Amino acid sequence: MNDMNLKFSKSHEYVRIENRLAVIGISQHAADQMGDVVYVELPQIGKAYSKDEEFGVVESVKAVSSLYSPVSGTVSAVNAELLEHPEWVNSDPYGKGWMLKLEMTSPTELDQILSQEQYDAEVSSH
Amino acid sequence: MQLRRTPLYDRHVSLGARMVPFGGWDMPVQYSSIVAEHKAVRENVGLFDVSHMGEFLVSGPGAAEFLASVVPANVLELAVGRVVYTQFTNASGGVVDDLLIYRLADHYLLVVNASNIAKDWAHLEPLLPATGVMMTDASDRTALLALQGPEAAAVLAQCATPDPRLLPAFSVQQGQVLGADAVVSRTGYTGEDGFEIFVPTEDAGRVWEGLLALGATPCGLGARDTLRLEAGLPLYGHEWDDTTTPVEASLAWTVKSSTEYLGRAEIDRQLAHGTRRRLLGLKMIGRAPAREGYEVFRDGQPIGKVCSGTLAPSLGYPIATAYLPADVSVGQRVQVKIREQMAEAETVRLPFYRRPKRSS
Repeated sequence: MNDMNLKFSKSHEYVRIENRLAVIGISQHAADQMGDVVYVELPQIGKAYSKDEEFGVVESVKAVSSLYSPVSGTVSAVNAELLEHPEWVNSDPYGKGWMLKLEMTSPTELDQILSQEQYDAEVSSH
Repeated sequence: MQLRRTPLYDRHVSLGARMVPFGGWDMPVQYSSIVAEHKAVRENVGLFDVSHMGEFLVSGPGAAEFLASVVPANVLELAVGRVVYTQFTNASGGVVDDLLIYRLADHYLLVVNASNIAKDWAHLEPLLPATGVMMTDASDRTALLALQGPEAAAVLAQCATPDPRLLPAFSVQQGQVLGADAVVSRTGYTGEDGFEIFVPTEDAGRVWEGLLALGATPCGLGARDTLRLEAGLPLYGHEWDDTTTPVEASLAWTVKSSTEYLGRAEIDRQLAHGTRRRLLGLKMIGRAPAREGYEVFRDGQPIGKVCSGTLAPSLGYPIATAYLPADVSVGQRVQVKIREQMAEAETVRLPFYRRPKRSS
């Protein structure tokens, strides 16, 4: 997955840059920990979020978890297919399981969040 | 508090189970996936470790009369080899716990919820007559496995005597499973055909391994919860507490006593005059699951709270239970407040799921 140049928040969201947009979802580790994802609630296009602000929820069979934006920006796309296929969050979190695309307002925030290596170290220490 | 472990704890860990605290025990919530384990039980056969459940043995010449005085079931007419679902009721008709009573050759076996073992014992002990009834807590020396699903009888028949296929529903027999002395009943908590198998703790590992080798899928408490909710079976602490009565829980059919029992006056009054609230199912119209504690509304007014809620893996939509005012009818639209949104739901009769009739 290193070729995707993923970065992570401590609350287990990832962000990768694609065509200058921040593509956001949850990490494979977080998806594995939750178990079968059965519902994803995402915002409307045009909504603005600051870094670490809640933008939606993801629900497994047993639990409801909040989603936090790893960077600041305005929503330019949401993955509406997740309403029909929430299981993609488990099976392909970095691909078909993406959640949001943001136009970043402060791209330098990317320097403040975890690299893949730092994130892997973070989750293996718990 | 130190979490307790069943005799199968090491086996759960080696199977890669995710362990969670439940009723003071460290229990497997899932091995592979709750949805996959749920479907294994609906379509094939699953195996659950439910050794955390409590077992009380009641014997002596006054045993039947004593039990008949603490539950609304007709214990006096429970024949040897039969099992009945009932509740310990308190003086106001509320439910202390729900349980199964098994009548064996020389004693009654009571199976109670793990989280209520101490509470039940404290409730029953002062009610025991001075002589004629012996009650012992056998929870620590008894392991309990639940083998559930349409293929459960075929699997168990390969390793048990007497032939479990001949055992009627809600019946119990003593025999052997994989060489262990076992009490086997045709009961369960999943809405499927199946068996519950009581063995001494030292034999639990052998029986567990043997049933997995015969093709049963190990299933955790996560699937147990979605299976029981689809089947409309109440869970203490969710659908039941000390203030809910069997009549309110739409389980008046379990009230069959011909004798005096604790709480009878209030339960009789409710049977005759009705209750102000009753337990109903909610079928969500949208995809967002209603969860425990979410408020239910009618015409903008709060009318109750969700007891249990989940996505129903066999049905494909979210389901929930709630105590609602008695004038809310089946088939009516209500709303559940999910975060800041009002989500539409339809009231339905329990259960949500009934197993298909099989020809064999």
